[in-house]
Order: sequence, then structure tokens, then C-alpha cells
Amino acid sequence: MRLSDLPQGAPAVVDRVDDAHVSDPIAQRLRDLGFVDGEPVRVVAVGPMGGDPLLIQIGFTRFALRRAEAARVTVRSELVA
Amino acid sequence: MSASTLRIALVGNPNCGKTALFNQLTGGRQKVANYAGVTVERKEGRFTAPSGRVLHILDLPGTYSLEANSPDEQITRDVCAGNFPGEAVPDLIVCVADATNLRLHLRFVLEVKRLGRPVVLALNMMDTARQRGIVIDVPELQRRLGMPVVETVAVKRGGARGLIERVDGEVPTAAPAQADDAASRAELHAQVRELLASTVSMPRTTAVLDDALDRWALHPVFGLAILAVVMFLVFQAVYAAGKPMSDLIGGGFGWVGEHVAVLMPAGPLQSLVVNGLFGGLGTVIGFLPVILVLFLFILTLEESGYLPRAAFLLDRLMLSVGLTGRSFIPLLSSFACAIPGIMGTRSIQDPRDRLATILIAPLMTCSARLPVYALLIGAFIPMRYVFGVFNLQGIVLFSLYLAGILGAMAVGWVMKRLRRDKSEHALLMELPSYRMPKVRDVAIGLYERGAIFMKRLTGVILGLTVLMWFLSTFPAAPAGATGPAINYSFAGYIGRGLQYIFAPIGFNWQVSLALIPAFAARETAVAALATVYLVGGDAAGGLGHALAGQLSLASALSLLVWFAYAPQCMSTLAVIRRETNSWRNVAISFSYMFALAYAASFLVYQVTRWLS
Repeated sequence: MRLSDLPQGAPAVVDRVDDAHVSDPIAQRLRDLGFVDGEPVRVVAVGPMGGDPLLIQIGFTRFALRRAEAARVTVRSELVA
Repeated sequence: MSASTLRIALVGNPNCGKTALFNQLTGGRQKVANYAGVTVERKEGRFTAPSGRVLHILDLPGTYSLEANSPDEQITRDVCAGNFPGEAVPDLIVCVADATNLRLHLRFVLEVKRLGRPVVLALNMMDTARQRGIVIDVPELQRRLGMPVVETVAVKRGGARGLIERVDGEVPTAAPAQADDAASRAELHAQVRELLASTVSMPRTTAVLDDALDRWALHPVFGLAILAVVMFLVFQAVYAAGKPMSDLIGGGFGWVGEHVAVLMPAGPLQSLVVNGLFGGLGTVIGFLPVILVLFLFILTLEESGYLPRAAFLLDRLMLSVGLTGRSFIPLLSSFACAIPGIMGTRSIQDPRDRLATILIAPLMTCSARLPVYALLIGAFIPMRYVFGVFNLQGIVLFSLYLAGILGAMAVGWVMKRLRRDKSEHALLMELPSYRMPKVRDVAIGLYERGAIFMKRLTGVILGLTVLMWFLSTFPAAPAGATGPAINYSFAGYIGRGLQYIFAPIGFNWQVSLALIPAFAARETAVAALATVYLVGGDAAGGLGHALAGQLSLASALSLLVWFAYAPQCMSTLAVIRRETNSWRNVAISFSYMFALAYAASFLVYQVTRWLS
């Protein structure tokens, strides 16, 4: 499942970050920020207009990601992990 | 490196409290400038350590990674790696990490360590970490990292003592430099996990306070309501405190000018001193209170952590017109004055988003336009009620504000279509923990903004003001002239020349002439119109009458719309030059606003004439 499709509040774990195009700096930055395999992740809140951006809790930090950015992150349900 | 000085570079993730630590170490002994060729701020300070050694501290821009994505991050990377031209290699890197956010910050520490330079880690915000029950085994962390680790509390007096002692001591030996490639980068996260597991115990991953506040602050309904209230209060403060002070300063300089005039013989020199110098200084320094009041709020909101929340709420709206959530606060400030608005765009890291924000900021209806609006609306719009409740004059004023906003949205949208770089620019914004703003940090920030304005802009604006004075004073009126002196000046000639350009939008030569001094400061348009129409005494009341007799309704509406969009004032253009380091951007904003104002005024003038 993509992080952008994860329901608000549902616990999940990062699987991987895919480049949207060759040498995608946004994907690289996501990895640097801690979106790496096995990291617990959660959608804390969504923006008031069109449910965009998403507020993501990863590690001890909260990041606002637009849906297009969150779509680069593939997550899996915590139970499977 | 001489034995008695040490060059230290402060690095760290955004929101690690690095700048507060820098303020704590250096106090007021800071120099703020720009790095050569770019508009990224360079902050350097120094202090004398107990040993008598002078420490030069460079506060580098915060970054999440040495894999730089923006100009300010590139500077941090290049200075740390020792290959930024004109910047000495730091003898010691102090890496600052937020003790409550080590999952993120330790990765950067490991990245810096791989540069192979002497590094000291400052574990900042240790007080907050303890309050939250976070326990860090510092000796073990130090051993595993292979670098000295000191605890700091940047916001508390004496909270940097441990760091000062450490950097004043022997420079630690550097770890061997390591190559930087994708595989080894991925490894950093595994190392961080290992470090955390063995040295840090954390009862819960988030702060209780953040969770509680965010539930309200980011709520789709309450969040927007809170934002509206906050903005309303900021504006009330600007108009209640900033504007009267600005008027007082403007008036004060006028008063001093008049008294100086008495001491001088009448003539061009007296006129230069009174109208050019004191008038100009009054205008420039008059901006200062509004700028300071606005920045007091912006800095407080920024320090408290609320600003990114506001950006989160509005990002979608701003994105639809080619901006970012972070553009919101600068644009809002521009309703008071475009100058602090444009200076406030420094909080937007992405250069493209920042430029887009700077270009449309002057379209927000600033407070200097109000006197002109008030005069023209009072003179031409009948005081009557629509549907029994709405005041027609009020509706026109509201429409002018709306015209500015809609115009800005349209321009943003068009720029988004036109720009060559259509790549995706990320939001990727951290929402830091809420914090109580510290008076010292806000005060230093305010002083910096004020100093930038006074030092870098006064000269330019004053020069232009004196030029305007020159144009409207020379050549002097011939003997026996009947009209006001300005009619015979260069400005008079230019005004009559401009008339041919402005006739299709309904401006006569007097109005065209008044546009020239209005370029110095919009509100002077009222005074200029009073001069050319030879109105004495109570300018506003009498002038309204004079205008109503001389201008048609179509011309008046056209003039109102002109003021909503026109490229003014020159102080704003000077700030654009200063903040973008480019005359090209000044030319772009001047010409697009001129075209926009001309087109809109033309439409309004012709349609009104056709209807009446």
C-alpha cells in the first residue's frame, strides 16, 4: 500500500521509497529523513482542503508531506511485519 | 590556524535549537551578511573563551542531509567539506542535535562524522528531554560515536557551559573520512537504530503537549478558525501599534524639517533639506515600526512552532496558484506593507517558490494605498446602502482588496504555466515541537531585521526620494508664473508626456503628474494631487471636492484600479533587488504590474464610460 492511501491513525511500517523518476531528489530526501525499511509510520492528520497535505509521524518526528510525495513511500501493515 | 583563535562551524538539522545556541554563545556579537553571490544569510559571531582564546563561530544553515537540495544546504555542505570559495576551513565542527529527536538528528551526526574532520556533538534541549522522561547514556553514546558529546540547554543561561569548556580544550581527533555512496548512506539508518537501542530509552515517541495542541491547531474546522483569529490579532496589532508610530515618525521628521527650514535661507538647498532629506527620511524610517511589529509576531510564531502549522493548513490552497504553504505568512504581511512581506520570504527555502512569492507580494493591498482609496472613494462613490445593509463605499473598498488577491492568484497561476522548470518541488516540511519563544532570540531576530532594513535600504530609498524631489523642483517656475511650481518642473513635463500614455485609461495630465511622486510612496499621491489642483487648507476635504469637479467617475474608478495593481512603491522595488540580488527580477515585477494595472484600468475606464 502507498503511504498516501493509508487511513488516518492506522499503524504501518515503511517498506521502501520508490523514485518517481531517475535520480529523484525528493525520494532521496525522504530516505534521509528516515523513511526506510522497517520504520513505523502513521498518518496523524490531513489538511483541511482536499485531504492534502498529510501529517506523517515517523520516528520521533512529524513531517507534512503532499500526497504526491507520500505516494513514493510504500508501506505494509504492522501485523504482517 | 594561530594558537589563539579557533574557527568553529555550527551545523545541525533544522529545529535543533542551533540558532538559540549560537545566540547563547555569541550574544550581540554577531555579523549577519550574505554569502557571496547568493541570498543565503551568513551569520558569524565570536567570543573569548576562559583560556583567552578567541572563538569564531559560523552558524551554518540548517540541513537534514549533506546531500544538498537547496542553495542554503549546498553552503552547509561546501563549508563543512572545506571547499566553499572564500570561506576558511573550520578547525572544529560542532554538530547540534535535539535530544528529543535523535532518530532523525543522529543520522546527520553520522553523516558529518564521515567527513573526517574534528566533530563535537552538542546534545541540545536536554531539559525538555528529561521532562519527557528520555534517558540518554552519554558516556556510552560518546564511546560508540567516537566523538566528544556534551549536553546543552541553549535557552537557559549557562546552558552552554559544558560546550564552551569542551571546545576551549584540545581539538578532538577526527574519525577517518569515509566515502559517500548510496549503499553506505542506507547503512546510516541501521547504525542510528543500533545507537538508539543501546544508549537511549524513551517512554513515548511524541510529546503529550504536541499531540494535544495539534489535535486543535490542525483540525479542519477549528484549525482554520484559530489561524483566522491569530491573523486577525496580528493585523490589529499592526494597525493599533505600528501604524500610529509610523505616522508619528513621519510627522516628527516633517516637524524637524520645518524647524530646520526656518534656520536656512529659502532656496533650492532649503527645499532639498526639508522636502528631499527630511521628507525622505521620514518615509524610510516611518516604515520601521510596521516592520518591527510584524516581525515581532512572525518571529514569535516561528519560534513557537506555529508557523509550519499555518503552512500545513494552507498548503493546498497556495499550491493551486503555484505557491507553497510557506508563502502564506509573507503574503499576509504584505497587506500591512510589502517590504516586511518580501523580507519574510527568507523562511521559504525553495528558490523558485520564494521568487514566485516575492513577485506577487506587492499585489496585496498595503496600508499605504488606503489614503488614496479613502480620498477617491469619498469623492466619487455616493454614500448609500445596497439592500439596506451594505454601505456602497465599503463594498468598493472591499472589492479593491479582493481585486488585489484575485489578481495575485491569477498572476501566480499564469507564472506556474509559463515557467520552464515544471518539476515537482516538495513540501517535505517538519512540524517541530511547540516551544515557548525566548525573549532573547526574538529580540536578536528583530534587531537583525531592523538593521538589514536600515543599513541596506535607507541609502537606496533616500537616493530615489532625493531624485524625485529633484524632478519635481527643477527647473523652478518662471517669474510671474501662475500655476504651482511643480507644473514647470521636470515632473510636470514628464506628467504631460505620460498623459499620452495614460489618456486611454482616463488620466488627465494632473493625475499623470501625481503618479510620479506616488512612485516614491503611494500615500504622497494625495498630497501631489492637492498641489497640482492648487488646494490649500484642509487638503483631504477640499481636494475631494476639487477632484469630483475635475475627474469623471470613469477616470476615478480607473485610478482606483490603477492603485490596486500598479508597480509601486520604489521602496518595494529596492527590497526586491536586495532580496533577490537581481535587477532582472525588479524589471520583471515592474513591467508585469505596469501591464496588469494598465489593462485593468483600461477595461474599467472603457466599460464605465460605455455604461454611463
